[in-house]
Amino acid sequence: MGRLFAVEIVYRGIFQKNLARNISRAIVLAAHHEGKPGISFGRYGDSPERNGIPAKSFAIVATDDVTLEEGMAKYEPKEVDITIVVDDTLCKGVESWAWYGLQPINRLTKPGGTLIVTSHENSETLISMAHRKETPYQLAIVKGTPSFSGLWVYKDDHSDVRILGTMAKVLPELFSLASVQQVIRAEWNDELKATSALRAYERATTVTVQPTQGNPEKPFEFQMPKWTEMREGIAIPAIPRGHQMKDPNTGEMGGYQPERNPTFKKFTTRTMRPVVDFDTCIKCTLCWLQCPDSVFDVTPDGLYDANMEACCGCGVCEAVCPVSNCITMVNETQFADNDSQWRMWKEDKEGYKGWLKEKIANRPERSHGFRFRGQYAEQVPDMLKIAREG
Amino acid sequence: MTEALATPPQKQLAADKTSLITGSEAIAVACKLADVDVITAYPIRPYDTVMQYVAKLVSNGELDCEYIVAESEHSQFEIVKHASAVGARVFCGSSGVGWMYAFEALTVTPALRIPMVAMVGNRALDDPGAFGVEHNDALAVRDLGWQLVWVDSAQEALDTALIAYRVAEDRRIFLPCAISCDGAFLTHSQALVKVPSQEKVKAFLPRYDRGDLLLHPDNPITVAPQVNEDWLMEIRRQTAAAMDRSPAVIREAYADFERIFGRSYGNPFFEEYQTEDADVVLVGMGTLSNPVRVAIRQMRQEGKKVGFVRVRWFRPFAAEELAATLGRFKAVGVIDRDFSLGSPYRSGVLATEVRAAMYPAPNRPPIVGFICGLGGREVTVPAVREMTESVYLAAEGTTQPGTKWIGLRE
Repeated sequence: MGRLFAVEIVYRGIFQKNLARNISRAIVLAAHHEGKPGISFGRYGDSPERNGIPAKSFAIVATDDVTLEEGMAKYEPKEVDITIVVDDTLCKGVESWAWYGLQPINRLTKPGGTLIVTSHENSETLISMAHRKETPYQLAIVKGTPSFSGLWVYKDDHSDVRILGTMAKVLPELFSLASVQQVIRAEWNDELKATSALRAYERATTVTVQPTQGNPEKPFEFQMPKWTEMREGIAIPAIPRGHQMKDPNTGEMGGYQPERNPTFKKFTTRTMRPVVDFDTCIKCTLCWLQCPDSVFDVTPDGLYDANMEACCGCGVCEAVCPVSNCITMVNETQFADNDSQWRMWKEDKEGYKGWLKEKIANRPERSHGFRFRGQYAEQVPDMLKIAREG
Repeated sequence: MTEALATPPQKQLAADKTSLITGSEAIAVACKLADVDVITAYPIRPYDTVMQYVAKLVSNGELDCEYIVAESEHSQFEIVKHASAVGARVFCGSSGVGWMYAFEALTVTPALRIPMVAMVGNRALDDPGAFGVEHNDALAVRDLGWQLVWVDSAQEALDTALIAYRVAEDRRIFLPCAISCDGAFLTHSQALVKVPSQEKVKAFLPRYDRGDLLLHPDNPITVAPQVNEDWLMEIRRQTAAAMDRSPAVIREAYADFERIFGRSYGNPFFEEYQTEDADVVLVGMGTLSNPVRVAIRQMRQEGKKVGFVRVRWFRPFAAEELAATLGRFKAVGVIDRDFSLGSPYRSGVLATEVRAAMYPAPNRPPIVGFICGLGGREVTVPAVREMTESVYLAAEGTTQPGTKWIGLRE
């Protein structure tokens, strides 16, 4: 029996599909360059994808064909040598529509395996976002803005080759820098990309993440019923009606909080979240009306509180809000929990003001997909500067 | 017996090129190599990946064909049917309920003797929106005169598509052929595939010549006038005769394929894995071969002599040959990635066919049916071992052969 290698690429649906596929293809081609056979595939259940929903691609490589077949005999690998995270907000965990429940980002990472994350954050922040793991693993950061583009367009900001260069450093048994550079030249015919891979290789460092580090929460799970327990005719119970909310100060009941699907929460789709300045809200109802996910709870005092267990972070509320700076989208990396902003505001209005100001300073540096002609030409030079200078 | 149509072996044909492509892409590449004239499309997962690759080949100028995105699967199959009648080499395909939506067109294609080659990206027949693999979609046409073949790798998909054109367009046959590729496991998985040179394909695949059946002003004929009880039995008998000639033509095509491409598939109709000294065997179709082979290697290390027979051609069904092979073992387990509710012994389609094939055979080992991997559920190595245990029990006569559901939450 030879050696089997598995790599997963966790990405944001649509926005990063091409990025993930480019990486997983190049892994197989680079290994093939060294005589190792392999396959590359996206997890089928993730697709058809939706904007931002967590999805995965896999690359399976082996030292020989028989060993490769062992790896192919599984629908997807049960453990991986490397987990590539092309958007740092995915570190909080992923809930795909290919399964039920929330999976820690490092769930498949082997003991001693490596998590490679594209991020501007430092290792402490990223480690605290990821769930705790029973065994130590390595973390490598590829400094940069998570690369978002579209299904039909590709932002060629070298994120792909910088990750590949980092891989050659952390797992040289899979492929060497020379092999991956060969593949980059053949696939993209771009010497600058080969150089970016080299620079990432030279700079790559890892830190060890201990079992005591990380988010201690147990992610929510869902037990699927037996065939004898299911209702016939593919009928499932409806989500119950909602209920009134309680004012934390007065105990007064009022407003309306809808019940939400307890088995599919969707919030790991979020890369940015709305923060609301309740002091300037004019109660126009537009956010509540326009939100595609019915995220806004109506409070007893007639305000609208974005519920973070349900919000996908699409930004429609910010776009429709007629008051300037009342709703602001903020990078999801800036939050450690899904707590109610309205409750925080009710309990300490002055404190909330300071919190709001600090959060708004961290507007997201990514954008959802392709917005206007020339957008990538504006964004790519910044990333190439990072690729060059670190 | 007519001579094979291929040209004699060439001196030096250009070498294969290795590409990292999916099963769907392999089919699209085969369309390019076969220089298909008319391709119609209508999107449904997982077949739609073929459309994407064909569209790319067309827009890159690598494939010169009429590429028509129809308004439904029904229209899609009707268009290629007519195009084929006027002498165009055609390709089409679908999946799951899309394939079923085209059913009217699918039913009339064989009787009109249209050598259409189609790809079925095997998908569950919903509801609601399930898109994992089940074989019931392609199997639905099993009685109608379609040739049906299952493949288990991207390489085999490419090679079989070329073979399918050769067989379908043979004047002795003129019947459609559908290539089944398991959704996800094959359609969406990129593997290293040897793409043959155009030269080799030219040597293997003659021009589509419809001859006297060509619908053309220079050859004034009417195709498919109204018929009634005075005609239909004879029409069916003609179609049956063409299907009966298919096995010999398939054999010729595989032999020529090996000669020209240098890749051998052995027996075209089914592939045997570690059967030589086996006590019991499993039988199945498609990509479940992968976990089965891995499980067999494990079990052999423990001294269990288990083999596997992967059925490729389901139509024509190699009944005599398969019965002779399976008669050598103490018991047989048939794995169906499909279902046939209310069928004899509540089995899947393949198990029912295998039982029918075995009835006249001198040696009839017990047959256990398994329903497994529906809707794209993984057929795991432990599941294969569980099935093998059941087959061993049947060999000892300790259980009644019947049908078991494997990997079910119960």
